[in-house]
Amino acid sequence: MVDGKNRSLFKDKPIKILLAKPGIDGHDRGVFVLAKAFRDAGMEVLYAGLLPTPEEVVDTAVNEDVDVVALSLLNGAHMTVFKKVADLMKQRGIDDIALVGGGTIPDEDKPSLEAMGISGNYGPGTPLSVIIEHVTRRAEEARLKKLR
Amino acid sequence: MNDETNYYHEKLKEIERRYSKEENERLKKWRETTLKSWEKLTNPVYRDYENSSGIKIRDLYTETDLPQNMEDITGLPGEYPFTRGVYPNMYRGKLWTMRMFSGFGSPEDTNKRLKYLISHGETGLSVAFDMPTLYAYDCDNPKSEGEIGKCGVNVTTLKDMETIFDGIDLSKVTTSMTINAPAHVLTAMYFAIAQKQGLDLNNVGGTVQADILKEYIAQKEWIYPPEAHLRIIRDMMTYCTENAKKWNYISISGYHIREAGASAVQELAFTLADGFYYVEMGKKAGLDVDKFAPRLSFFFNSSINFFEEIAKMRAARRIWATVLKEKFGAKNPRTMMLRFHTQTSGYSLTWQQPLNNIIRTTVEAMAAILGGTQSLHTNSYDEAMALPTEDAVKVALRTQQILAEETGIADTVDPLGGSYYIEWLTGKMEEEAMRYFDKIESMGGILEAVKNGYIQREIAATSYKRQKRLEDGKEIMVGVNKYVDEDEKPLNILRIGKEAEKRQLERLREVKSKRDEKLVKKTLDDLKNAFLDENKNIMPYVIEAVKSYATIEEISNVGREIYGGWKEPVIV
Repeated sequence: MVDGKNRSLFKDKPIKILLAKPGIDGHDRGVFVLAKAFRDAGMEVLYAGLLPTPEEVVDTAVNEDVDVVALSLLNGAHMTVFKKVADLMKQRGIDDIALVGGGTIPDEDKPSLEAMGISGNYGPGTPLSVIIEHVTRRAEEARLKKLR
Repeated sequence: MNDETNYYHEKLKEIERRYSKEENERLKKWRETTLKSWEKLTNPVYRDYENSSGIKIRDLYTETDLPQNMEDITGLPGEYPFTRGVYPNMYRGKLWTMRMFSGFGSPEDTNKRLKYLISHGETGLSVAFDMPTLYAYDCDNPKSEGEIGKCGVNVTTLKDMETIFDGIDLSKVTTSMTINAPAHVLTAMYFAIAQKQGLDLNNVGGTVQADILKEYIAQKEWIYPPEAHLRIIRDMMTYCTENAKKWNYISISGYHIREAGASAVQELAFTLADGFYYVEMGKKAGLDVDKFAPRLSFFFNSSINFFEEIAKMRAARRIWATVLKEKFGAKNPRTMMLRFHTQTSGYSLTWQQPLNNIIRTTVEAMAAILGGTQSLHTNSYDEAMALPTEDAVKVALRTQQILAEETGIADTVDPLGGSYYIEWLTGKMEEEAMRYFDKIESMGGILEAVKNGYIQREIAATSYKRQKRLEDGKEIMVGVNKYVDEDEKPLNILRIGKEAEKRQLERLREVKSKRDEKLVKKTLDDLKNAFLDENKNIMPYVIEAVKSYATIEEISNVGREIYGGWKEPVIV
């Protein structure tokens, strides 16, 4: 999955990703499919369980030293809850962990999420390969910052 | 289980014996002669002829695929084992109820939408609640921020319910409420309003979902550990059996199990296994199965594989009737009848080319009707992205009306009964479900299989397999992995603004400033004492608490302090 020039980046330590559904939302079909897909793509996958607070998500991400935090919400609260996670990361000065999002996110919300540093924001029906590629690219950026 | 023999294991063997494994001479000859020259012609559109349950579909079904003793196995409509329908005249006697699930924003918004639907010919109400309500958090809990009114209507106190049903005569409608973990609180609120309207609770008709087992399996909306919720369900069961005889205190739901990724067979098996658990629970509580089980009703998904869905619903009726009679000793035919609501599949909808969703919903609605549903919700074409707009809801309701009144689909009872394919597939679904019951029983029952994560892992595996099949082009979603449009136009979707949140916060402040705090404290203390005494029924105390305008979170916190929360087992 990782292209040639950065293969060595993840040779000894694969991409580590935390999947999280912050907010009050039990729709976990997508997050489980992605957990399996990321694992099959060679990543180390953690899942934050249901109903973690934004604080818990950020704490786990830092303690586990992940490359990427992938947020998933299908309850329409992404503009409030994703933002809380992004704000916390900013407040704590964390810039070596990438934030990606997904769920039922209307197109018109995507630019604001991007501006918060949350990229991807894929909806149902997105091919796994597209998501894996995106996560890998963001993981590379994060890993390079970690190695700085 | 222990010393009892596994009923399901014996039943599985019996079902397997019903179906002959061999094709007859005539059919063999047909293959060798007539079919032979056609076999080089294969459909260029790839299909591996496998349904969602992984059942391989053969090219042709004939009378050799019917069960032996077909007449007894299938039966006539309105008679045991109800394969062909629970009522003898089905839709010629009474059409299915067109029940559109709705609820969003503030109680005022939802009240308006319910009245709109009633004025357009809807015959039953169905209310959706938002996430804070479903998890029993008040609107002013920090966790609720940004979630108020998003996925349904917000209810924090009785005042909100009074607003939702303002001007609606509860003796004229039946209401279904999609609420689970705090179902007892919402039931109590509905009863309180009915009493204020001067109604005898025995004349109040409606349904709460309250199926907590499927929450741990699929929808994941719980408050307490399973045992605590099951005790609450027991109390609702005994209270309603005595005091609210038309209230369906539980709707055993496969819908969410399916949406979470299960196959049709898994939906069938896990839902009925949940149902059997509730029957056992009622019996353990000392209730007569023929007194309480007739009020158990079901809720199934109708997805896109047309015949598979029809077979699933027919099989569900047959299994339920058989097991209730043979295993649980039901004597009253009413007890054996599996009545169900159906919703078309949300997962099958796409945000790409959304108008295509009207066609998908129509096909799924047809399957539900041919499967003999008692009520139906048709999804709106814009629901892959958000709650539906008014225009989209109208198309969905009209879809049902066109099917009911233009097409003749409901002119005769079980029109597909006797079809070689349908009868074979019905039997196959029954057999595969029985295989799951056998396995679940050997694991110590459904509660154990849920607590150890087995059921959830089975579903996650199916869901991942399905996703891989889509990626590999083994399954097609038009507009997603085939016939893709490059320039998707954005759809005008319903946006829930901040107004609902603001309005709810204001109303809560007002309620709290006016209510009698001493009374609230007393009702909550009484409820706590009822919780602590296993032999007491909590329902009368919950009703008193809601009447004092205690909030949903205050009421639920009584249980939270006693039972704590729940962390699910590792699934992936």
